[in-house]
Amino acid sequence: MLIAASVALIFFYVPTDADQGFSQRIFYIHVPVALTAYACFGWGAWKALRHLWKREPGADLESYVAIHQGVIFGALTLLTGSLWAKISWGHWWLWSESQLVLFLVLFLFYGAYFMLRYSVEPGPARANMCAVYALFGVVLIPISFLAIRLANQLIHPVVFTLQGPQMAGSMFLTFCVSLAAMLTLAATLFHVELAGKRIDSRLRELRELLT
Amino acid sequence: MILAVTTAEKYVAGAYGIVFFVLLVYVLIIALKLGRLERELDELTGRVRERREAEREQREEVSVG
Repeated sequence: MLIAASVALIFFYVPTDADQGFSQRIFYIHVPVALTAYACFGWGAWKALRHLWKREPGADLESYVAIHQGVIFGALTLLTGSLWAKISWGHWWLWSESQLVLFLVLFLFYGAYFMLRYSVEPGPARANMCAVYALFGVVLIPISFLAIRLANQLIHPVVFTLQGPQMAGSMFLTFCVSLAAMLTLAATLFHVELAGKRIDSRLRELRELLT
Repeated sequence: MILAVTTAEKYVAGAYGIVFFVLLVYVLIIALKLGRLERELDELTGRVRERREAEREQREEVSVG
């Protein structure tokens, strides 16, 4: 419902941007996808903290699933951002842009999480190592988010400032619906994937008990 | 009639297309995995049922007293 509403708002309601034209519509998918990736990494780190701090059962698996989704949304952020960069700046990628490079670093950092996870035997040691790694990565999120605001030379646009969103009300409404749709989709997929992983591990236990 | 598509429209369609395609593939992978789990569950249920039947047969064979 939310996805359908956001697509309808993006293509039939929101006015075309005076500066960037039709290509500005990429904003309504690129930014929500990026924020969803941050949310997934943040959730993964929170669950990692719960694992280390409270020894919450299942927190390690939840952290893993959240980071897995974060990497998917992160890859989508890079792809949609690259398309937007090409049409707006004439380049697929700019190494001089700290926001872009920091997001790539964040993405690669969490990409390496899987190498760590699958190079260690399953057990408490692996869960602890992965939790510490996930917590280290979360430090990069505020740096990546603030880099654009702290950088002197800006090409990447700044829309959300301390003075509020720098866009028309209709654009902000469309953005909010899009963000809500993306977060809801991520939350739904998180629960479905998590349920699948839990059933998988229980079936494995059951198989071992039967043999 | 040829539909004139601007470069900006192509890029916007590309961006939205990529997102929906990747998410569709992701959902498809989850669906396939759930299908595999269902088959495994069926297999394990069958095994438990067979074992229970075998136990019942053994119990019937043993004469008490």
